[in-house]
Order: sequence, then structure tokens, then C-alpha cells
Amino acid sequence: MIKNNNSEILGKDLFLPATDEEKATFEVMRPSIGYWRDAWNRLKANNVAIGALVVIILIFLAAIIGPMLSPYAYSQINEGRENLTPNFQHIFGTDSLGRDLFTRTMIGTRISLAVGLVAAAMISIIGIVYGAVSGFFGGWVDNIMMRIVDVIYSIPTILIVILLQVVIKHPLDVLVEPGHALHFMSGLGAGLISIFIVLALLYWVDMARIVRGQVLSIKEQEYVMAAKVLGASNKNIIFKHLIPNCIGQIIVIATLKIPEAIFAESFLSFIGLGVSSPMASLGSLSQTALKGIYSFPYMLIFPAASISLIILSFNIFGDGLRDALDPRMKK
Amino acid sequence: MTRYITKRLLVSLLTLWIMFTLTFFLMHFVPGSPFIGDKKMTPQILANLEAKYGLDKPLIVQYGLYFKNVLQGDMGQSITLIGQDVKDIIARKFPYSLKLGLFASAMAIVLGTFLGVTSALRRNTGIDRFIMLIVTIGIAVPSFVVATVSMIIFGVQLNWLPTISSLDTVSSFILPGFALSFFPLSFITRLMRSSMLDVINQDYIRTARAKGLSEGVVIFKHGLRNGILPIVTYAGPMLAGILTGSFVIESIFSIPGLGSSFVTSITARDYPTVMGVTMFFGAFLIFMNFLVDIMYTFVDPRINIIN
Repeated sequence: MIKNNNSEILGKDLFLPATDEEKATFEVMRPSIGYWRDAWNRLKANNVAIGALVVIILIFLAAIIGPMLSPYAYSQINEGRENLTPNFQHIFGTDSLGRDLFTRTMIGTRISLAVGLVAAAMISIIGIVYGAVSGFFGGWVDNIMMRIVDVIYSIPTILIVILLQVVIKHPLDVLVEPGHALHFMSGLGAGLISIFIVLALLYWVDMARIVRGQVLSIKEQEYVMAAKVLGASNKNIIFKHLIPNCIGQIIVIATLKIPEAIFAESFLSFIGLGVSSPMASLGSLSQTALKGIYSFPYMLIFPAASISLIILSFNIFGDGLRDALDPRMKK
Repeated sequence: MTRYITKRLLVSLLTLWIMFTLTFFLMHFVPGSPFIGDKKMTPQILANLEAKYGLDKPLIVQYGLYFKNVLQGDMGQSITLIGQDVKDIIARKFPYSLKLGLFASAMAIVLGTFLGVTSALRRNTGIDRFIMLIVTIGIAVPSFVVATVSMIIFGVQLNWLPTISSLDTVSSFILPGFALSFFPLSFITRLMRSSMLDVINQDYIRTARAKGLSEGVVIFKHGLRNGILPIVTYAGPMLAGILTGSFVIESIFSIPGLGSSFVTSITARDYPTVMGVTMFFGAFLIFMNFLVDIMYTFVDPRINIIN
């Protein structure tokens, strides 16, 4: 008969409780650093990205608080003060109706930021859910869903954006009137709401592709299998395990979508398809300024410089964020 | 290879058809009519006009008819430019856009590659920093800003270059061409710089130097040939970007091209022109993307697109 008693073979002294000295060697010398802490440390070390972040915060403050502090309303017409060059009362000058351009530029910045943030949020929601479902279920579901993405990808986006913008603006004009479903959004104006919708409908494909790729690799990991074995529902696995694990990349893509959306809005407003007067956007301000370019070039400089500064700082910050959140993607 | 090309061609045709359908129905849901203008019309005249352009028939019948006509090469007549075929409008205006687009693409590729390589070879020097500063700005500034600012400086203040351009002299190309190519140029410079930095640290470059090849041969024959691949990948998006830019650049510089007439035909609800130009641009871009995909195999034989 085989004796199966480990303590007798190995000797009893190996099974004594550890002394305090022995325990001390296993203590972690440094406090453990989580993913976010680690990313923040990397981001902090990147001076250029932090500089861009500071600029973004300042722009936000100017856009949100600025118009409230200004003595003029953005739509206020000051008779007798038309086409003034920059001076102490109007530091950016006034336009052909005597409206204060500093206030209008700040309002335009507010619109641009709103477009960027709302579009990025909507793109993320659609793209994440679409990509995660496609990647998780795989097989023919994935095949069909990705073929649809391919088609949207190969259609020249801007042509459809322009058409769609023209198509949905009018029904929205009706919907925001008093007594209709979207009246609570009437402050935004139909042009702006349609820009949100158009950008959200067409710009989500990148996000979907990247989330799908991530999900494809994550879903093979053991903890997903463990969740399955424990009887977690598909919905639970997708939202509790898969999406949180690609959150770094999602944030990076969403940040880089903000300048893209701002770019698109200024382009649409510039060709006259965006917000309508008296509301101002940086694109529409530039377009109005173009008409008087020979006599009043300063009217163009401020909105144009603001768009460029916003896009520049979001681009730089987005790059820095990518290096911090996803070091593998660093070039 | 033939199988791959056939398959890609079929996918392109499918995309084109989806775009055709999408554009057709979107366009007809645009509220307002092309005939509402300054003049008041009696209902009879309006009905006659709608009958003339086939707008009185059910939508699905219009769709079928239009599809048949397009297959036969007939895109109908413009509503605002009375009596002109959309085909003729495109034939007349596209050459301007094409000339400007080709000029801008060539400038972006040649200058972008050159700046990118220079920047990579002079890494972390003043030249590199200066180039990177310029292209970082180039990526952030919308083309209409570049166009208007350079117009103020060189056209209005200094009066060196024409601000209204019919693209018949070399000097009239410079401002619109620069405005249109600044973004792709900057993008290519950045791509080229990072790809070149990867390449020059490879073993085969060290081998080439060790063999005693001249620096020029090392950079151009061994380095550039390998480093230029990402630029080929960017060719598709670049063309789309230049096309988008042409919508605003052409109207800023009053160039009688197709881009500016696309924007005006949308605001005028000139359905046949919008349809025709969208399809034309769409087909052009989809075809170019198809060419770029095929080009990969020739630029880099290592890429096996068939599987």
C-alpha cells in the first residue's frame, strides 16, 4: 500500500507558518500603480500635450463664460458702429451690422466645441456598440456588419454629408417650432442639430472598426471564458468585460474625432450649409468675412485663427493621449 | 490576380449603385422645388415644367427612368442652366478642377516626400523642428483659411499673384494650388518622416552603407523605395480631401470648375446637376481607390492582396 502523506515525505518543518521576516520579502516595495495613474504619469511627462490641454481648458472657459461677461450680446446690432477695426470697446472690431466680433467669435467657439463634443460622443456610442456586437458574435453577423462598414467607408463621405445636410435641415426647421417634438432644442437651431445628426451617421465607421479589432482579440482571453462559464449573458460580457477593456483606445479615437468634427462643421458653415444668422459659428463668421476681405481683412483673422488653434490643440492633445493611454501604438 | 481585380471591380460597381440610389432618394426628399424663384407661376405652368423634367411621375418610376438613361450615358438636362446637358456641364467644367487637382496632388506628393525625408535625415536639428512646426500648423488649418489668408497677403497686400484665377497662367495656379495642397502636403511630410525614421534604422541600410554605397544611393534606392509605401496608402484619402477642398477653393478664387458649381447647384436644387455631379465625383473617387489598391502590388511585391 502506497503511503500518501506529503508531510511525512517532505518533512514537517516545511509546513510551519512563515516568520515576519519571511513575510517582509514578499511585500511590494512600491505602491501598485493602476492603469489610469500610470497613463496620467506618462501624460504629465509630455509637456507639449499638457500645454495643449491648458490651451483647451482656456478655450473652454472663454467659450462658456466669455459671452456672459461681455457687455454685448452676440446678436446685438450697434447702429453707428459698423465695420470698426479692433479698438478698446470692441477688441476684435465689429461686423457690417455693428455686432461685436469678440463676442461673436466666442459664441462661434462655443458652437464649434459643442459640435466636436456631441459628435464625438454620438460617434463613440454608435461605433462602440456596432463594433463590439460585430466582433463578439463573429461569423456571418460579423461578415454582414463589416461589409456594410466597407460600403460606408468607400462612399465619398463629404458628398453624402452635404446632401444629407440639405435634406434633413428643413424637416428639423419644422420640428423645432413651438408645439413640435424638438422645440426644447430650438435654441440650437435646425442647422446645428442636422450637423450633429449627419456627422454621427457617417463618421462612426473608424470607431466601429477599431473596437471590433480589439474585441476580436480580447474575447479569446481567459477571463471572458470564465465569465461565460459562470453563466454571464452576452450583454453582460460585452458591456462589463469587452468594452471596458478597450476604453483606452476608445478615448483616443474619440478625442481625435473632435477636431475632425469641428473641421467638418466649419467647412459646412463656410459653404453656407451650417448654422444660420444671427447664430454664429467660426465657419460662418469666416464666410461672412470673405465678402469684405479687401476692405476688412481683420474680420477673417480672428475666427480663422480660433478654428486653427482649437483643431491644433485637440490634435496635439489627442496624440499625447494616445502615447499615454496606449503605449503600444506609439510611433 | 485577374480574380482579385474582377472581385474589386464588382464591389466598386455595387458601391457606386448604392451611392446612386442613396443620392437619388436623398435629393428628392430635399424640400422645396427647383421652380420656386422670384417669378410667380400659375399651377398650369408649374405642372408643365414638372412634366417636362419628368418630376410628375411616381418616384420609383423616375428612378427607373433615370437609371436607364444614365446607363446609356444620358444624365438629363440642368434645370437652372436651361437647355444644357449635365454631361456637357461636367465636360466643360471638370478640366479646370482636374488641372488644379493634379497640380495640388503633385505638389503635395513631391514636396511632402522631400520635406519628410529631409526632416528624417536631419532629425532633431533646427531644420527638422522648423519643418515639423510648419506641417503641424498645416494639419490644423482648414483650406479655406489658408486660401483666404494667402489671398490677403500675396494677392491683396503685396499684389504679386492674381486673386481671381482662370488657371491659364502659371502664376494663377500658385495660390489655389498651395491652398489646396497645404493639408495633404503636411500630412505626407509627417507620414514620410516617421516611415523614413523606421527605415533608416533597418539592418539593410547599414549593410548598404557598409558596402560603401554612396549616401545618395542608400537614401534613394534603399531608403525611399521602402519608406514610400504609406504614401501610396494615403493616396485615396488625399484625393477625396483635395476634392472636398476644391468646393471652397474654387469659389474663393472664382475658378469656373466643377467643385464650385456642385455647391451652387445644391442651393439651387438643380436635381439633375446635383445627381450627375455627385455620381461623377463618386465614380471618380471609387475608381481611383480601385487603382490605388492595384498599385500596391506593383509598388511592393511583398504585399499579397489576393488573400
